[in-house]
Amino acid sequence: MLLYATRRFGLALLILIVAVTVMFLMIRAVPGDPVQIMLGPRATPELQARLTAELALDQPIWKQLLIFYGNLMQGDLGIDVFSGRSVTAIVFEQLPHTLALIFASILWSALLGIGLGAYAAAHPNTLIDRIAAALSVSFVAAPAFVVALLSLLIFAVHLQWFPAIGAGEGFWGRFDHLVLPAFAIGLSWVGYIARLVRASMLEVMGESHIRTARAFGIHERRVVMVYALRIAILPVVTVIGVGMGFLLSSAVFAEIVFARPGLGKLVIDSITTRNYPIVMGSVLISTGLFVVSTAMADLINAWLDPRARTAA
Amino acid sequence: MTDTLLEIDRLSVDYETARGDLKALRDISFDVRKGEIVGIVGESGCGKSTLISSILRLTAPNTRFRQGEVRFRGEDLLQLPERKMRDLRGADISIVFQDPMQTHNPVLSIGQQMLDIQHRSKASKADKRARAAQMLGAVGIPDPEARLDQFPHEFSGGMRQRIAIAMALMSEPDLLIADEPTTALDATLEVQIIERLQELQQEFDCAILFISHHLGVIAELCDRVVVMYAGAVVESGEVREIFHDPKHPYTRRLIDCDPGHIKERARVLPTIPGEVPDLANLPGGCIFRDRCDQAMPRCAAEVPPLEQLKDGHQAACWLNHKEAAE
Repeated sequence: MLLYATRRFGLALLILIVAVTVMFLMIRAVPGDPVQIMLGPRATPELQARLTAELALDQPIWKQLLIFYGNLMQGDLGIDVFSGRSVTAIVFEQLPHTLALIFASILWSALLGIGLGAYAAAHPNTLIDRIAAALSVSFVAAPAFVVALLSLLIFAVHLQWFPAIGAGEGFWGRFDHLVLPAFAIGLSWVGYIARLVRASMLEVMGESHIRTARAFGIHERRVVMVYALRIAILPVVTVIGVGMGFLLSSAVFAEIVFARPGLGKLVIDSITTRNYPIVMGSVLISTGLFVVSTAMADLINAWLDPRARTAA
Repeated sequence: MTDTLLEIDRLSVDYETARGDLKALRDISFDVRKGEIVGIVGESGCGKSTLISSILRLTAPNTRFRQGEVRFRGEDLLQLPERKMRDLRGADISIVFQDPMQTHNPVLSIGQQMLDIQHRSKASKADKRARAAQMLGAVGIPDPEARLDQFPHEFSGGMRQRIAIAMALMSEPDLLIADEPTTALDATLEVQIIERLQELQQEFDCAILFISHHLGVIAELCDRVVVMYAGAVVESGEVREIFHDPKHPYTRRLIDCDPGHIKERARVLPTIPGEVPDLANLPGGCIFRDRCDQAMPRCAAEVPPLEQLKDGHQAACWLNHKEAAE
């Protein structure tokens, strides 16, 4: 298990390096002189030259990359062009808001989705199964931005149950502000996970070892919850791990619709202003988040399934 | 009759399908006495699996019990509430399934699974573990204490089947159902498993219902044999009777086809020509008629009843009736 974990994290690091390098090169391929866009049309040539030198934009691209990684090793992501503050500080200031949103979304959608899927699989072709199927499909089909706007309109504006914008103060304040965005971006995941769990459960319930467990008189609840669910959940864990990446991009618009601080909002704002250091810092952190979450998913699977430990 | 353990009495089971009712079992009757080994032989699709799942009542949702009873110690299992049925499973009636590679849960350790099936016992966890290790030792798994923590994929097929036997016998059941326990294993392992089963049967004094299509194994192991064809019993009796004086053409052909019985070199191995009849649209008369080389006009007209020929030998064939000789 330890060897597996080490190897898995080695792979994660490699993915991270590749992703960050690609992003580094891509942002430099965007047309237009970044220094001019950042400083505006009325900047003096001296100022332009100073910023070009500061960002090392006059160097060949391979050298720029080397400088970037060199600084990164020392935990230095550069300085925000406008405020002059450390990028690391800015990014880590926004990160908790995005993390809270993503974890809240995945938590409620996974719990509800797995429950719904497992229940539907345990009672296939009953009325409840059909209702669950109809609900799941409509959840998947509903675009998150529509859900976000509608829930904002209904629950915040008309019913006034939850606050509409911002991130809130204190635990309950933050919780209150989290409900609607987490609902909006988690809803389609409920349906998706429920369908996945149901299909996976039905397959596992048909396997011989389930018949064996029943033939030994093991209680049906234990057969479903332990003997079947532990296997049926494996693909779901993988999907959730990868889903963290999708949730990151959902978080971008949720943060804009609900005017929440967060990484997504930071990235959008800094791309439009060509604020290279902030873009690179945010991308690095979100890529890191994605890589860590997929690696975690693999590790959880290895913990759940002894066969995966030896296979990898 | 006090020593009768399991009585299958005129059992008929259908599967409801889109094509109509599939008559998987028709009018099956036989019994298993305490401490006895009864073999069930027949080719694939003859209803062996339906029979076992009916006894344990672990049937598919489209199964319909049309008539008959499955009496275990005098009690009809088909009428038992699900709770009481579950109390019997794995306690009084245990089963070893066909495919040892699929029979254990792949993500739980063998020890965990052997603890779980002792869910009725009030013993401490340590005692249950010790009991599990002792059972693994009894079926010849070396170093059983340490191997409890291993997972099914870390054992070979033969070992997994021995573990399955250990699990089935752990509760000291009155009846062990063995559903082709050696079919998925190679010949040397088959002998090992059969010998182990024989020893353990002596030790635990349980009755065994042994399902197989391997006649050699049946002859070696069983006291009595039930021959099934297309969902019906065509012949049953003492092993010696059935193998030395078969009274049904199907049994005779089955014995002829057994590789162990072929004495001369032949270019073509003997087979029984034809196919099992469609169970959804059964023809009238004898079900084996189309494949039988001794079929008579009467076979098309009437279904031959399972008749007592002599003590401990029954067959369902018109050839055994006096009229046939005339």
